[in-house]
Parts: sequence; C-alpha cells; structure tokens
Amino acid sequence: MRLLNRSAGRLSRHRRGPLAGLVVLVLGLLLTGGLYAAFAPAQADSNADQEALVKEGRELFLVGCAFCHGQNGEGVLTQGGTQYGPALTDVGAAAVDFQVGTGRMPMAQPGAQAPRKEVVYNDEEIAALSAYVASLGTGPAIPDGDLYDTENPGDLNGDGKQDDEDRELLVVRGGQIFLANCTACHNFEGSGGAMPRGGYAPKIRGVDSKHIYEAMLTGPQSMDTFSDGNIPPEDKKAVIAYLETLDKAPSYSGFTLGGLGPVSEGIIAWIGGIGVLVGFAVWIAAHTTRSSKQKDEAAA
Amino acid sequence: MSDAHNNDEHGGELATVGPIANPGLPEHQWRPTDVDPAKEKRAERQVSALFGLSAVCVILFAISYFTLDIGDNWHVVGGFGASTMALGATLGLALLFIGVGVIHWARKLMGDHEISELRHPARSSDEDREATVNALTVGIEESGIGRRPLIRNSLLLSVGLLSVPGVLLLRDLGPLPGKKLYHTIWGSGTADKPMRIVRDGIWTPILASDLEDGDLVNCQPDALHNPERYGIDPTEVEGVNLQIHKSKASLVLLRMDPKDIKPGKDAKGNSRENWDVNGIVAYSKICTHVGCPISLNERTTHHLLCPCHQSTFDLADSGKVVFGPAGRPLPQLPIAIDDEGYLVAQSDFDEPVGPSFWERDYYDRW
Repeated sequence: MRLLNRSAGRLSRHRRGPLAGLVVLVLGLLLTGGLYAAFAPAQADSNADQEALVKEGRELFLVGCAFCHGQNGEGVLTQGGTQYGPALTDVGAAAVDFQVGTGRMPMAQPGAQAPRKEVVYNDEEIAALSAYVASLGTGPAIPDGDLYDTENPGDLNGDGKQDDEDRELLVVRGGQIFLANCTACHNFEGSGGAMPRGGYAPKIRGVDSKHIYEAMLTGPQSMDTFSDGNIPPEDKKAVIAYLETLDKAPSYSGFTLGGLGPVSEGIIAWIGGIGVLVGFAVWIAAHTTRSSKQKDEAAA
Repeated sequence: MSDAHNNDEHGGELATVGPIANPGLPEHQWRPTDVDPAKEKRAERQVSALFGLSAVCVILFAISYFTLDIGDNWHVVGGFGASTMALGATLGLALLFIGVGVIHWARKLMGDHEISELRHPARSSDEDREATVNALTVGIEESGIGRRPLIRNSLLLSVGLLSVPGVLLLRDLGPLPGKKLYHTIWGSGTADKPMRIVRDGIWTPILASDLEDGDLVNCQPDALHNPERYGIDPTEVEGVNLQIHKSKASLVLLRMDPKDIKPGKDAKGNSRENWDVNGIVAYSKICTHVGCPISLNERTTHHLLCPCHQSTFDLADSGKVVFGPAGRPLPQLPIAIDDEGYLVAQSDFDEPVGPSFWERDYYDRW
C-alpha cells in the first residue's frame, strides 16, 4: 500500500512534465494495438475466409453461370434484345441459395421456366456461389435457421411460455396469410398451377423450409416478392408452419388426385368411374350372348 | 322431292329385277340354361350366391363401422384410412353383388323371347293428318271460344293473373341495385381519417416505406376490421354485409419501378399520375369479366391473370386488358400516405368494380 502510494505520488509529481503527454500517447497507442492484437485476429481470419469463399465462388461462377449471366454477373442480352440470363448484381445470397439449392440453376436449357431438378452443386459450393453473388451488390442474405424454425413459434398468446398452443396460433395465422396471398397461384393445397405463356407456379409441398423462406424473400422467376416489409419474418415463419401442417395432415378423402381440385376429380369420375361402368355393362351384354350361342351349338 | 322420286324409282327397279323371298327370322337358339337342367340349377345357385355375398358385405360394413375408429386411423391401409377403405369397399361390393346377381338372373334364367319390331315411316298417313286437323277445328268450333267472348276474356284474365304469384314469390330478387354498385367502402374515409389499406387476413396497416420493388400485397379496407375508426356502425361490416363489402373492395397492391408505370386517364379524363405512391399501385381484385377474385401476378411483366377465363390485365398500364374475354380495364384505386406513413385510399374507385351490368352506362348517360 505504501509502495503504491509512493509510486502514485511520484507519477503525480511528473504529470505536468514536458514528456508526460508523449508518454501517455505512446501508452495509449500500445494499449489500443495490444487490445486489437488480442481480439481482432478472429475477425481478420473470418474476413480472409470470406475472401477465399468469394474467390472460390467466382471460379465456380465463371465455369457454371457466366455463360448466361455474364462474367461479372451483369446479365447477357440476346441479339434480339431480350434477356438471356438476368443480371445478378442485386439478387443477394438468398436468391442463389434458392435457385442452386433446389436445382433450378444451372438450367439445362433455355425455356419458359427453370424446373426444379436434381441439385448439381454440394453445400460448400452453393455457399461459395452465394457469397460471390452477394459480393456483387445488395440483396437479401441467406436467412438464419431461427427464422424458419417453427418449433420455436415465440410466445404468441402472451402467457409467458412457448407451447403447443403458441404453435397452433402460428399455424392458424399462417393459414390466413397463405389463403390471402399464396393460394391464387400455388393452389389451396400448395399443389401449384398454370401461369401465362408456358409458366407455372410450382408445387410447394415437401419443399425445404429454408427454400420456402428464400422464395418469399426473393420472388424467384415470375413470382412476386414478399419482402420483410410485406410479410414480416414472424409471419413468414407462420406460413412455413402452415405448410408443414399441410404436409402432416392425412388425406381425409382417400386419394388426393394431386390436390388439384375439381378438374382432376372430374376427370377421374367421368373417365375412370363412369367409363368403367359403361365398359362393364358392354362386357356383360357381349359376354353372355356369345357364350349362350356356343353352348347351344354344342348341345345341338 | 326429286330425291324421294329417285328413291321410289330405284325401289321399283329393284322390284322388277326380281323379288327375293323373305327368309324370315333365323331359328331361335336356346340358352344352355334353357336346354340343360343341370346348367339351370347351377345358374340358380350362382345368382343366390351373389345375393348371399351382398348380405355378407353388409354385415362386414356394420362390423367395420363399429370396430374401426372413424377419423382416427388415417395411416392404416396405405394412408387412406382403414375405416374409409372398409366402409367404402364393403358398401360398394354389397351394391355391386346385388346388381350382378340381378343381371345374371335376367340373362340366364328369366324368359328368353325374341321380339322383332318393324319400322314404319315416321310421317302419319294423309288421312290421319286430315282427321286430326278436322277434330281440332271441330273442337274449336264446339267450344265456342269465338262466339262466347265472356268466357274467352275471363279465361285470359285468370291466366294473366297467374303471373301475380310468380312476381310475389320472386320479388325479393329486387329491387334493382341502383347506385350501390357504383360505390365501395373505400369511399367511407374522412379528411382527417382517410381509409387505410390493410393486409387481407391479418388486418395490419402497410407502411409505404416497408415495401420493396416486386412486392405484392392482397388488401382490404381497414373499416371492415376497425369500423369505429371511421364512424361506421359495426353491424354494417358483419355477416352478409362483410361479404358484400369484401366482394367489392378487395384490392391488390403492387410496388414496381415508377419508370414502368404509364399513367392513364381517369373517368373525367384527367391524368392518373398522382394515383401511385413511389411506384406502389392499387387495383381492384375483382375481375371485370365475371367477378372472380384475381391475384395471379407475374412480377416480371406486371400482368395479372384471372384463373377463371384467362383474362389478363397490365397493371403498369392502367389495368388494360391484354388478353382474354374481359371487356373493361381493372379499376385503379388512387392511393396516398397518411401522417404516420401508412398507405390510404385517396377516394373511392372512380368507376364501378367487377363485371359489367345492364344499367352501368344508364346513369352515366342521364
């Protein structure tokens, strides 16, 4: 204690000395540098990782995407002036993760719409491509897992805890949003439907929750976007919860016939149902007449 | 006439070549069950066995009704539900076995007569036709409807009055809607509380600054959920009234690049250039063909497609019809933002929404 007091007193006596300011400045710089060295490397490393990822993504992009989307994702116009591959400068990582993660990109051939097919790239490659395209401009990032984790609906009824009741509320809210905004194109069961000029709204049942979330966020192909200002993240989670419930719901009427409504049901009823009855009636008439003739001749 | 003549001549020629003797009907061939008693017995047993199987199916139906839990076993039997499958199959088979049994009975055992019916010309003979006309004339003559005006007039009166019950019973189809079809609840906003545009289903107001290019929102007027705010009696927006309001006021809201919008003209011929908010446009959701609600929008083209008959509207070009049977562009709602930044309607639609109707242009003309 005495030693501390003495050294503090000595320091205090020199505090207005000519070199005191310089010493404090040097000390401050050393402290800042030391702290930065102590805490920053992780950050610096992750920046380096990110750069490596973007670099890897760029290489993949040049091989697999640049032919249609341009060497810097600026898009390619055909000679007729129509879009060959659209510009990817402001689509964001979420769009790439959706398009490549569902196999829609790379397209096998130009067409009215990119169909969902087998995924070409693995998860690391998709992450690299997403990182590269995200580095080209603005656009939504790949959503965090929490955003579409419907097991954690949040405390919706305000009773201080999360339970099945909250999940039920989430599903009901999701159903209302789905019916108001999604069913027009994607059908009341999410079975999809036709759109103009050879396009179609795809079936959205059995799709990864992350991809549903990204589709709402980015509006793939001709779909409208449902940005966070349009449908807030918690309501997007509600829609996903509703779709999950649809997937789990049993088919109460036996065959769903694709869940397409009256068209498929009518075709089955008229061609399948009534057709079989007519065929059966014809068979009865033809069959019995023929057999009686043969047997009659044998008897005669 | 000449055809008939030719045919006659042709027939005559054939007849002169030499008539072919009518060979008559071929000899009747009996069924095995008619000539062989053993086969007859067998068919009898088959028919009764089919009826018996039907009875068994009904018993199985009753058993499965009481033993299988209805609605609780959807994953048994390939995901179709044991109860559904058992009830459907047993009842269907019971009906089928009765049907097959009856047919089998009729074709194997019931009387086996061959009947031949000859075709006659469809036209009645001239005598028959004359006799009919005569009978009609005599009837009219004898009824004296021309000679007894009292009866004739009272009959006309009574038959004419028969239309009264029809009018009375169907009068609730009226009265004509008058100007009701010209207004929607969007016009019920006031100067200090303009009608807010809210999300359909969850009724939250929309901040104009929250929307991004390419966003589509399906909307309703706030008054349907929040009538007191606009001084509207809550019973006005309940039950059937709510459905009526929704059927006229449903809205699609779109944000697009303001450069894409070609402002058209409103009903008075003024430009619609102030009808959008930074590229956010609002259109009626009710198709002008037969009134289906539409929100199948293509973000890339701003084309809104009606799923019922494929009418397509260009929402960047005043809702112009670009394809399909719709006769009128989709009505646009002029919108603005209120003090808090929420989207509101500037006024009502300036034309009736939905399909055309008889009186539509009548009021415009007078």
